[in-house]
Amino acid sequence: MSEKKEYDGVETTGHEWDGIEELNNPLPRWWVWIFYATIVWGIGYSIAYPAWPGIKSSTAGLLGYSTRADVAEDIAAVNDQNAALRTELAGADLAALVDNRDSEVYSYAVNGGRAVFAANCSQCHGSGANGVAPANGYPNLRDDAWLWGGTVDEIAHTVAHGIRNEQSLDARWSEMPAFGDILPPEEVDQVVQYVLSLSGNESDAALAEAGAEVFDLNCSSCHGPEGMGDTFQGAPNLADAIWLYGGDEETVTETVMNSRFGVMPAWSEDYRVGAGLSQDEVNAVAVYVHQLGGGQ
Amino acid sequence: MSSTEDQSLYAKREPVFPRRVKGKFRTLKWWIMAVTLGIYYLTPWIRWDRGPALPDQAVLVDMANRRFFFFWIEIWPHEFYFIAGLLIMAGLGLFLFTSALGRVWCGYTCPQTVWTDLFILTERWIEGDRNARVRLWKKKWDTEKVRKRAVKYVVWLLIGLATGGAWIFYFADAPTLLQNLVTGQAHPVAYTTMAILTFTTVFMGGVAREQVCIYACPWPRIQAAMMDEDTITIGYREWRGEPRGKGKTREGLGDCIDCNACVNVCPTGIDIRDGQQLACITCGLCIDACDEVMEKIGKPRGLIDYFTLRDEEVERAGGQAKDIWRHIFRPRTVLYSSLWAAVGVGLVVALFVRSEIDLTVRAERNPLFDQMADGSVRNTYELRLRNMTGDDRPFRITVTGAPMLYLQIEGTPYETVQVEADEMLIQRVYVTAPAGSEAAQETRTDFRIWVEDLESNERTHEDTHFNGLESR
Repeated sequence: MSEKKEYDGVETTGHEWDGIEELNNPLPRWWVWIFYATIVWGIGYSIAYPAWPGIKSSTAGLLGYSTRADVAEDIAAVNDQNAALRTELAGADLAALVDNRDSEVYSYAVNGGRAVFAANCSQCHGSGANGVAPANGYPNLRDDAWLWGGTVDEIAHTVAHGIRNEQSLDARWSEMPAFGDILPPEEVDQVVQYVLSLSGNESDAALAEAGAEVFDLNCSSCHGPEGMGDTFQGAPNLADAIWLYGGDEETVTETVMNSRFGVMPAWSEDYRVGAGLSQDEVNAVAVYVHQLGGGQ
Repeated sequence: MSSTEDQSLYAKREPVFPRRVKGKFRTLKWWIMAVTLGIYYLTPWIRWDRGPALPDQAVLVDMANRRFFFFWIEIWPHEFYFIAGLLIMAGLGLFLFTSALGRVWCGYTCPQTVWTDLFILTERWIEGDRNARVRLWKKKWDTEKVRKRAVKYVVWLLIGLATGGAWIFYFADAPTLLQNLVTGQAHPVAYTTMAILTFTTVFMGGVAREQVCIYACPWPRIQAAMMDEDTITIGYREWRGEPRGKGKTREGLGDCIDCNACVNVCPTGIDIRDGQQLACITCGLCIDACDEVMEKIGKPRGLIDYFTLRDEEVERAGGQAKDIWRHIFRPRTVLYSSLWAAVGVGLVVALFVRSEIDLTVRAERNPLFDQMADGSVRNTYELRLRNMTGDDRPFRITVTGAPMLYLQIEGTPYETVQVEADEMLIQRVYVTAPAGSEAAQETRTDFRIWVEDLESNERTHEDTHFNGLESR
């Protein structure tokens, strides 16, 4: 502590640290007033708005303001705004809609469908809709191979009713027998070689030739005489490059022996009370999936 | 412990009543005020024919459509580097002028200075010159004081209103907006902006004035870094003026007759004879005031003058000051000028070579590729096609650089898409490599996407790459 001094007409505060002194240049009056005003404002604000933390919650504030209520209001406002579009989408003729890409409903369906897909479908089909690699039963929705049909109406049906479930009577349903219980092991080997040969994979020609007859007798009723599949029964095309569970010899043998039973829930709220998708959401996600690149 | 009991927490504001002054710097300032305010208030009203699709305003910031129009130049959001470049040029220009001529920005062209000048001018018209204003200020409130203050604030509000109004005209078609403003149909944002700017104009220019320069503005604190002994600044030739004193007999006295003319005209209320100081905005009015007095008493002008600190020492020692250009041309100013010019030339070149169509490519990464039923491999790309011409144009999209790759446009079997006039189209395209081809097998194949405007045959391209099965 030292004496107050003056330099160039400016008084020091009297503080001194190792010879360094502090000049007292006072703030302008309006500055000090603003400082006081902010204190008053701060007190007022903490009374009017949620501010002071408690053990379990905070003071609510006299105005009863909450950001959560704000968000809820915004969501309700957007829903109101889109109500007409949603009604139109729910009753839309989807086949006509996907040919009318300039329409507002189409644009709403694609963008809304993207959100529905991200929230409900991406867990199995992946956020990019390319299935879960490498091919373990969740199909890629971007390619041109469809188990149950790739028109927008077929896609909408699959979404609404699902596959092999007990929820909807209209669910896609088919069941391949486990041929391990039916065919002798050598015939299984033969048919596996034949199936591999269908899509041009490496196979044993002699076994495959014998397998053709086994295939004709046991498999062709669903998969077709040339193994081209049948979307009516959800029988996959065995002659293309796409394998839902894998196209190596071991995996194909396992599929023939034990069969597969991929399921998908019915998504329409008619079958999942309180948790399903409304009709416009089903249509939106169908339109979205249809335009990913593989729609027919 | 504390020894501050007797100290005030704040400094009272010293009211400033600048006196009227005549002279060459005052005249220059009037001209600069007329030109700068003229540009500000009138620019939005300049019309510019752009055809039916675009607004006919020469200078317009079109927020809704994200366009900036400046006479024949149209800036799109992806060309924002033009704005950045202009800002860099403005910054370098400020450095250049500050290092050469000191605080000329503060003294002559800063909006705070210009509007304060205008507000002081109207104040003088209504309340009279310095002495009348001081008297009015000291006076008790009576009808005269109330009347003069009321008239003054009404005029100030009108100036503020015009200022705030002019600002919003830069963001919408001015004649339409004016009509809407008057008939009460304009957007609330327009009225709010106008109200806020009206208030800030009156407050900054009429009420706060020099407080802004002294307390609020960062520039006086920064500009010293650009100044040196060769920077031209305003000062008092103390070796000539001191010792100052009044009186007829000048025996033993300097040229300064201590008339306080320089202090009375100062808009920030300082005494330039105290030397260089932060509150001095170098407006030159004290020079005019002092020159007037020097002329009257028959002494040479320039007791207060623009000079450099280097010259001051030379003159004090009886030497001759250097030519002004020898101060201005020095490495620092040459460097600032060349940087400024380089950015300017770069922008002009960029302006002339820019194309009227533009393409950006974003390759889909989730997933990297899809395998199709026939074994081919397909990649997805999102193109942003910009048509900066005034007509709808057919854009043909093709690929080069890798054999076998072929391109399909989502939603159409054709290889062209129509892009509307002055619009950007986001278009998804698929690029496919046939089964067994090199591109389908390898990790990564570089290729190029071309876009051609089929009407003007202008072309542009972007390089991207194709992910094959190996990238899995």
